[in-house]
Amino acid sequence: MKPRLVVIGNGMAGMRAVEELLTRAPDAYDITVFGAEPNVNYNRIMLSPLLAGEKSFEDIVINGRDWYADNGIILHMGAKIEFIDREKREVVSACGIRAGYDRLLIATGSDPFILPIPGANLPGVVTFRDVLDVEKMLAASRTHTRAVVIGGGLLGLEAANGLRANGMQVSVVHLMPTLMERQLDEAAGYLLQRELEKRGIEINTRANSKEIYGSQKAEGILLEDGKRIDADLVVMAVGIKPSTTLAKASGLTCERGIVVDDHMVTSDPAILSVGECVQHRGAVYGLVAPLFDMAKVVAAQLADDATAAYQGSVTNTRLKVTGVDLFSAGDFSEGEGTEDIILRDAHRGVYKRLVLKDNRIRGAVLYGDTGDGGWYFQMLREGKDISDIRESLIFGQAFAGGGQENPKSAVAALPDTAEICGCNGVCKGKIVTAIGDHGLTSLEEVRARTKASASCGSCTGLVENLLELTLGDAYTGGSAIKPLCPCTDLSHGDVRRLILAKELKSIPAVMQELQWMSVNGCSTCRPALNYYLVCDWPGEYADDYQSRFINERAHANIQKDGTYSVVPRMWGGLTNSRELRAIADVVDKFNIPTVKVTGGQRIDLLGVKKEQLPDVWKDLNAGGMVSGHAYGKALRTVKTCVGSEWCRFGTQASLSMGVLMEKMTWGSWTPHKVKMAVSGCPRNCAEATIKDFGVIAVDSGWELHVGGNGGIRVRVTDLLCKVETEAEVLEYCAAFMQLYRQEAHYLERTAPWVERVGLDHVKEKVVADGENRARLYARFMMSQKFVQKDPWAERATEGVHTHEFKRLALAAE
Amino acid sequence: MTEWVEVGGIPDIPVLGARVVHTNTMAIAVFRTADDEIFALEDRCPHKDGPLSQGIVHGRSVACPLHNQVFHLDSGAGANPDDGCARTIAVKLVDGRIFISPKLRQQAAE
Repeated sequence: MKPRLVVIGNGMAGMRAVEELLTRAPDAYDITVFGAEPNVNYNRIMLSPLLAGEKSFEDIVINGRDWYADNGIILHMGAKIEFIDREKREVVSACGIRAGYDRLLIATGSDPFILPIPGANLPGVVTFRDVLDVEKMLAASRTHTRAVVIGGGLLGLEAANGLRANGMQVSVVHLMPTLMERQLDEAAGYLLQRELEKRGIEINTRANSKEIYGSQKAEGILLEDGKRIDADLVVMAVGIKPSTTLAKASGLTCERGIVVDDHMVTSDPAILSVGECVQHRGAVYGLVAPLFDMAKVVAAQLADDATAAYQGSVTNTRLKVTGVDLFSAGDFSEGEGTEDIILRDAHRGVYKRLVLKDNRIRGAVLYGDTGDGGWYFQMLREGKDISDIRESLIFGQAFAGGGQENPKSAVAALPDTAEICGCNGVCKGKIVTAIGDHGLTSLEEVRARTKASASCGSCTGLVENLLELTLGDAYTGGSAIKPLCPCTDLSHGDVRRLILAKELKSIPAVMQELQWMSVNGCSTCRPALNYYLVCDWPGEYADDYQSRFINERAHANIQKDGTYSVVPRMWGGLTNSRELRAIADVVDKFNIPTVKVTGGQRIDLLGVKKEQLPDVWKDLNAGGMVSGHAYGKALRTVKTCVGSEWCRFGTQASLSMGVLMEKMTWGSWTPHKVKMAVSGCPRNCAEATIKDFGVIAVDSGWELHVGGNGGIRVRVTDLLCKVETEAEVLEYCAAFMQLYRQEAHYLERTAPWVERVGLDHVKEKVVADGENRARLYARFMMSQKFVQKDPWAERATEGVHTHEFKRLALAAE
Repeated sequence: MTEWVEVGGIPDIPVLGARVVHTNTMAIAVFRTADDEIFALEDRCPHKDGPLSQGIVHGRSVACPLHNQVFHLDSGAGANPDDGCARTIAVKLVDGRIFISPKLRQQAAE
């Protein structure tokens, strides 16, 4: 006669252990299973999709009745075990069924935690643990409209989402400041909250439930702060606890859970335990993966293989809410010696954070893009040293190469549908096909033909890999990535991307994290980095003036003899007698040798000694003038014609339009200088078609032109679009400038930038996508708040950088 | 005999920056590196008399503000040998105070 195995618990852990046992030793035992629920074995983690109506119960059944029959297993459904008689080796169910055992497996799982608050046992209060709970919730959703979910953890949010999917108004009440705080950090918690709110779920954080009110049934919930939320259904999803009542009553050693050793054996050698009910090396688990690890050990133990031992598990979590990609694994709290790699892409709603310690992944939180969760998790579990792939780790396996020796092998492994160029939406197959069909042999040709890597350039390396893969030795291009300067191998695009990805907020941070090859950079990279940081972290980054060219440091233009030129701002080229008088007085007072009208309709005072600058500025300030930024990689001038205010041909008020544009954009730092113009009619007296941003008035509104240049290589603007109102001109102007600020390389004028990224790209971001335009506009205006302070006044009267304008004195001369 | 003249303390010069001292005969650029090393060069580049004091200081070098030629602060030599050599001025630190010897070091060495 075979030994008898009795299993208490027909859930995932118990049945997984039985499955493992059947695989290992098919006929070793006569097996009897007791399940408290009146169902066959189903996939409990699929309760959420069941609630949301995405799956039926049949879909989530793991083992149907046939499976029990086929394997000779006696199944007692709806039979809760009341008592274990360890002396007689016999279990007794509530309905009186008795079964003797040689080995007993306790897999009672866990019980939902019930908050000990008044009203917790009213009808209408449910937990979220089994099929019966789901049925109750679905029934409520058919007849009622309002639900409150207590608990903003994994289970609670899945319940909330499911109820919302069934048409209920759902409020989540969560004790902690952010959702899923055990699995997510604050940033990811915030993104999740935003997404759920977008779906119409009300989220209350820092909300302590005080009481569930209602006379006959639950009618709502009262919070500690006095807020009342009416509800017909209250779901309590505040956590689970190991189900140990039976084991305790039977005298087995229990602490938080049923204590087991590495072989999953309890304090009684005849009794094993598995699943959420156990406590192993002090840890209890509420997720499915550890159960599977445990089940293997249980099966080995039952098959008399004493070598198998459970070592504990590192767990990971995915939220099962359709459309919300979320992954969390390991420990992501900050501690001594931990480092973070963070990637944020607000536009795509992506947040990725890896917590490293000693060059090993210790924790991972992914939101919005969880494709690499498994890969990170594997490295986390293996304790893999990630030093070699650290730089590209956050971008995922496709970029980091998955530790493969050859980065190309990762690219080769990508499917044809894999997107290579995010900016232009070009997938691998399209690039490979284009290379073959058109005989492309260089990066430039691929860019011209497919647009891949033609915008931000961050995928240049991948495109080159594809060229090499497709052409083999025929590709002789080598690396076309032009490093920013000799201090780094990274291109401007790479650096810009990494500053954002790694949230680098100072020049030393950039140099450290991006492994600069010089101690403090050079005169090429330092101004570029300073600009990128100024642009990317407005209000946060402290401008490093020692990394600016002398003109921007002195707020004047150095001349060949070491003197400076001073250009006060004249809004839209408009001036008056007071300003002119002040200028004349300054010229006389400081003996300024040359006064010249500039091409941008300003007055240039040339030959000012550096020491004189603050005093010159002070007088100009007193005359009502501020810095004209003629010295900066910044908004220079808005040139205008007099337009309809005076001109008999003028169709719009170009003068006031120009003044408005200049008032909005002055002070802005840009990759290179930015010049604008507004013409009041198509005769274009302000020469708007060779400006970075040119506006030409027509009868029905304004034409907006971009990317012009009157320099060495004259380039006529491209028509961006036509708008009707002044407000639109301003919005498009700011959006265009912001896009340029964000995407162009340092010292790249709008003309080459527009040619590099393509006019279509600019049109798409600024014209076609209204939401994006609004975002760019808002970002620009936010940045402007921090820079629209007159740098001359700061230096002339507010004591900023006084050392810049004073000589050192000789002690004894 | 070298005559030393005090021109100030290290904090008077911004990190990765420079300030100018005028003597009767010339302008001298006094530089401070990230490691608080102090160097002095005549404040004119060999190319077009550019005021080196106004350039961007990096490592132990300065880039001339006029045409971006780079000169080593310690030797005055151009990073590109064709760019010639800026004249160095002897400088010493005593208790954080900066002393320069307006006599050109090259001459002093002769």
